[in-house]
Amino acid sequence: MNEQNMSQAAAPAKPKRPKSKSQLMAGALLDKAYNDTLEAKARGEKIGWATSLFPQEIAETLGLHIVYPENHGAAIAAKKLAAPFLEYAEAHDCNNDLCSYAKIDIAYADLFDCSPASNMARPDFLLIGNNGCNEITKWFEVVGRKLEIPTFMIDFTYNHMPYVTDSRVRYIKAQIEQVIKDLSAFTGTVWDPDKFAEIMGISTENRNLWEQVADYLERQPSPLSGFDLFNYMGPMVFTRGRRETGDVMRQLIAEVEEHIKNGTSTFPAREEFRVFWEGIACWPYLSHNLKTLKKYGINVCATAYARAWSLDYTPGDIESLARAYAFTSSNNILLEESVRRRKEWNTKFHIDGTIYHVNRACKVMVCQQQELMRQVSEACNGLPYMSFDGDQADFRNFSEAQFETRIEAFAELMRKHKEGRIHG
Amino acid sequence: MLTMGVDIGSTASKAVILEDGKRIMARQLVAAGTGTRGPAEVYKKALEEAGVERSQITRVVATGYGRLNFAQADRELSEVSCHGKGMVFLCPQVRTVIDIGGQDAKALLLDDWGYLDHFIMNDKCAAGTGRFLEAMSRVLDVQVEDMGMLSERSQNPVSISSTCAVFAESEVISRLSSGETVEDIVAGIHVSVAKKVSGLAVRVGYRPQVAMSGGVAKNRGIVRAMEQELQCEILVPEDCQMAGAIGAALFACQ
Repeated sequence: MNEQNMSQAAAPAKPKRPKSKSQLMAGALLDKAYNDTLEAKARGEKIGWATSLFPQEIAETLGLHIVYPENHGAAIAAKKLAAPFLEYAEAHDCNNDLCSYAKIDIAYADLFDCSPASNMARPDFLLIGNNGCNEITKWFEVVGRKLEIPTFMIDFTYNHMPYVTDSRVRYIKAQIEQVIKDLSAFTGTVWDPDKFAEIMGISTENRNLWEQVADYLERQPSPLSGFDLFNYMGPMVFTRGRRETGDVMRQLIAEVEEHIKNGTSTFPAREEFRVFWEGIACWPYLSHNLKTLKKYGINVCATAYARAWSLDYTPGDIESLARAYAFTSSNNILLEESVRRRKEWNTKFHIDGTIYHVNRACKVMVCQQQELMRQVSEACNGLPYMSFDGDQADFRNFSEAQFETRIEAFAELMRKHKEGRIHG
Repeated sequence: MLTMGVDIGSTASKAVILEDGKRIMARQLVAAGTGTRGPAEVYKKALEEAGVERSQITRVVATGYGRLNFAQADRELSEVSCHGKGMVFLCPQVRTVIDIGGQDAKALLLDDWGYLDHFIMNDKCAAGTGRFLEAMSRVLDVQVEDMGMLSERSQNPVSISSTCAVFAESEVISRLSSGETVEDIVAGIHVSVAKKVSGLAVRVGYRPQVAMSGGVAKNRGIVRAMEQELQCEILVPEDCQMAGAIGAALFACQ
């Protein structure tokens, strides 16, 4: 064994970096949201499960406690607790190649226990928006039938044009008003338009703070690791309409400002490359992915996924809310708009290459991915890209060795492209 | 300056010693891959063949799936880079490399200096890899190295449509039961692998000269089927299986 390898073998395991105050606050906020729902349920209140891009402003205004199975599935996967749920689902209700969030949730709707991760209370109703995923409509239908509970749905329709037409806005607005009426009647709650405007105001303020955080990634080198955004997505999905989320974001901003002042970063290595991460995180391997990227100085400086919850509307204006929710997720917009956004972000965030997560779980996201790769690269002067096979929550669909090999070769590609190397 | 490249794959270990990045002083292959006696044995044999001690080797670079666990290496590099570099050493005119290894397949696009322009690798499916061929050879009860020669005798290649290795086994068994010849089935298997791998070459935007590396490139049946799929000539250098190790030894010179 040579000296280098000997020293590697003898090196003690690095202690884990302590969590920052904002990370602890984000974790506590999520724990509280799950607990509040369990307590509300225990008090006899009706609680719901919602799709992650259902307008949370409605439930928040009605004072209803809501949890999000997609977030919950991601948390279960990230904490490496998914195996019994995946196995149960495949033994009972689901084909192997269904969405892994769906498999985990459909199994959870029978098992109702994922401790030590936070548990979701048994729902009394379901809230569905098909603006981030189409499969979820069927998945929630399965859960609704299994638990014999009603569903309240808003059909946002697909964006086959690069904007939301007025007729679609009217259609979505009419459905939102109907859901408000039906949900109030079912839960025995009262609709307060002033509170609705207030919640929209809080959500907008949180959205602006979230944008501010994401925009710090423009700086070179970035004062934060882009993977951090995945960790702070929980509050943005779950408690976007609550003031406490603003506290988390402000604390995070203060920490980032401190890093800027000190010339440091939460990215734990020298930033050599800045990449766009396409698709959902590979939650079961988040730390492995980060470790591998860190090894080659690759910082994820942009992602469309985390920005899907950055809803831009005018507080009090239900039509602008309808328009914003209809035009957010990459899964619900046409290819040309996806390419346009990525071109803009690649420039804004000084991106050196794109990593595409070929996500076994998400057929919609992967459907046009190869064409997206080609068009984005062409639109950005031959920007390098690579893809890897993975799954947002099913740990069985990922190979660490294959990911490492591809990232290593990708770093070489980006280096060459960046330097415009002249050989000879 | 002497440098060594060691390519530790899933089914075989290869080692090359280069003098000044130009002359091959030793080339060794042991048919045992990562986690076996293969890496240590191939390393020892290469030193013996060149008649040198480890201390005379300036640098050792490891590549392949076992690269991270090879203690004698000074540095490790991905096989994507090493295969490209090694193939340009063997055939300077090459611009597209198709490598079929034991557990993965890849298509590499190279620039005029042998550096990587783009690459596409197979997904987690075994179809189009050496393992797929091994599995099929077991079902047919033939040696994997004889498959190329058998396919040359085929009169009527059968269609093997399943890309899943398990389903393809069932398909091969049913073809045998229905009286198809082993030669025609082997030829059909080659076409099946070629269709899968040529998809990678199309996606990477292959351009001439196309060459193949990896152990599977020694199978003339596969190469012929690939040529038909891509409608172009494919070069296979004598040392196609050593390309990764040669590339690693070249990187060790830099």
